[in-house]
Amino acid sequence: MSSPEFSDGEAPAEKVTEVSGTGIPVRGNDIDTDQIIPARFMKVVTFDGLGQFSFFDQRFDDEDNEKDHPFNDGKYRGANVLVVNANFGCGSSREHAPQALMRWGIDAVVGESFAEIFAGNCLALGVPTVTADQDDIEALQDHVEANPDAEIDIDVAAETIIYDDAVIDATVHDAQRKALVEGVWDTTALMGANEGAVRETARSLPYVPAEHIPGDEA
Amino acid sequence: MSEGTLYDKVWDRHRVTQLPTGQDQLFVGLHLVHEVTSPQAFGMLKERGQEIAFPERTHATVDHIVPTGNRDRPYRDEAAESMMAELEANVRGSGIDFSDPDSGDQGIVHVIGPEQGLTQPGMTIVCGDSHTSTHGAFGALAFGIGTSQIRDVLATGCVAMEKQKVRKIEVTGELGEGVTAKDVILTIIGELGTDGGVGYVYEYAGEAIEDLGMEGRMSICNMSIEGGARAGYVNPDETTYEWLRWTDAFEDDSEGFERLKPYWESIRTDDDAEYDDVVTIDGSAIEPTVTWGTTPGQTAGITGPIPDPEDLPEEDRDTAWRAQKHMRVEPGDTMEGYDIDVAFLGSCTNARLKDLREAAAFVEGRKVDDDVRAMVVPGSQRVRDAAEAEGLDAVFKEAGFDWREPGCSMCLGMNDDQLEGDEASASSSNRNFVGRQGSKNGRTVLMSPIMVAAAAVTGEVTDVREMEEVATV
Repeated sequence: MSSPEFSDGEAPAEKVTEVSGTGIPVRGNDIDTDQIIPARFMKVVTFDGLGQFSFFDQRFDDEDNEKDHPFNDGKYRGANVLVVNANFGCGSSREHAPQALMRWGIDAVVGESFAEIFAGNCLALGVPTVTADQDDIEALQDHVEANPDAEIDIDVAAETIIYDDAVIDATVHDAQRKALVEGVWDTTALMGANEGAVRETARSLPYVPAEHIPGDEA
Repeated sequence: MSEGTLYDKVWDRHRVTQLPTGQDQLFVGLHLVHEVTSPQAFGMLKERGQEIAFPERTHATVDHIVPTGNRDRPYRDEAAESMMAELEANVRGSGIDFSDPDSGDQGIVHVIGPEQGLTQPGMTIVCGDSHTSTHGAFGALAFGIGTSQIRDVLATGCVAMEKQKVRKIEVTGELGEGVTAKDVILTIIGELGTDGGVGYVYEYAGEAIEDLGMEGRMSICNMSIEGGARAGYVNPDETTYEWLRWTDAFEDDSEGFERLKPYWESIRTDDDAEYDDVVTIDGSAIEPTVTWGTTPGQTAGITGPIPDPEDLPEEDRDTAWRAQKHMRVEPGDTMEGYDIDVAFLGSCTNARLKDLREAAAFVEGRKVDDDVRAMVVPGSQRVRDAAEAEGLDAVFKEAGFDWREPGCSMCLGMNDDQLEGDEASASSSNRNFVGRQGSKNGRTVLMSPIMVAAAAVTGEVTDVREMEEVATV
């Protein structure tokens, strides 16, 4: 599939049922969002151009010379499936992290586990975060390192990752799977349709004065 | 599934409907906005031609990029200036209140919400900032969201979420001398891990928590996210109400206060509530606690040894090896005596008046070590003003601290306040990630404000309890 685009407010979001392509492994547990994109690159008012700053401080030394990092390694050029380990994306809520990865070209992230806010931010971009057992992930990382051109097929609906002759039994969180497979990950449009019920809920809360509910002002 | 907890009750009160994804649509009672994570959301809204649904339930401030020195406009840093200008343009005329620097109310978003009484029990509170969990100290359900979700909230007044499990963390007993809320939360994260809370909301309870003032409860809830829990809370009680009574929201409205109190009482966790998990921690056994590594879960009591990675669970070893190499520490050593170059007293975790008072009481009559650059960054303009009215600024300055204007500052190094090279910092902030304080070779040791004060004076990580006797010179 191609990278999903934002739908406008009216149309449903694109269905993301499968992602296929080559992989890129970034190893290590607890890779935080400050590593994925350092805070100094967030002094921007759009997400455009963030891709080049992915893992910046892991990729360059003080003199801006390239260091050993998969994102610097030409053999992974064009890869769109990022393969990581445990608690990936912990730390800050910055959507800049998945935005940077997506703009780098990543369409799906496969790992042992993900921090919650990071996974939610990925979903908002239509990027699946797929989990599998440690052994399966490490085997996939080994495979990708040895065969960077090998195709990986992620079936979001069936919750499988297929490569070579292997089929990994993976997990895509229920709500995420539903949202991606049915193309309902654009929650603005989804929730906007329930305006009446939202007002009703607001009115039922003792701390929300009527004048704070547009349309209800006396 | 949990039942009868504050989390269950607040969730149910705010649940609008179930979405086709299986997620719940939750009404947001308070949306806090800052300059770094919001501009793209306002942009997306504009692109879609949508209006802000509940501007009166939205409040903005500027904290991440704001300079803490010269604040004349335009800011010297062009990127910072453009972010500030963007925020101003987005909120001006929108009906959103803006605690800007000219208002005297500016500060770190998680400091100003509680001090203005915007934060109240039984609310749902969101902000594009992971430390939104802070507001749970008031018995609110508060969590960080990403920018696309900010767009959701601006456009609909709601977030889409799945209900999580609830873990009660009961901290029993009394905290010892020199032991603060910061030491409690560092200990909790150390024990449960940085991902122990994924999928959970933390309810903090027990004698040691109930004995804390609101500032301490905020420090604890603030770092829930460092333990992987997106939200954490403390049930509201008289301590909570006493704080609220004198905030802007209620100081002239005792009627409104009395009217809302039954609601606040009603959302407290029931005595017979059911939890998904319960963890008990002996508060009396906690000592001043610091980090030795590069995650907030890599902690040790000040007299306790830095662990040998080989003794850790297999999944933690690699991270620990890398962390010890970066920090240049050895297994078996304690962190006591670790040389520091910078002392940072600030951040949404620990820059409230009580934090500054306690640190100032320690610093009074002492001097910052010659080799240490020490700074105090109050959490808000109101905290700054109150501290200055008490003469705390004079105490800090006399000792050799730099007294700065409010903002996030060196917690994340988005303004000029940054570590340089491989400087080591004793920091009252919340994250010791590699590069977090502005230098990728910088080293951060997290600790309580009084421990930062002690480290500033001695030039090394110090057990504040050992220095207590000479505290009042």
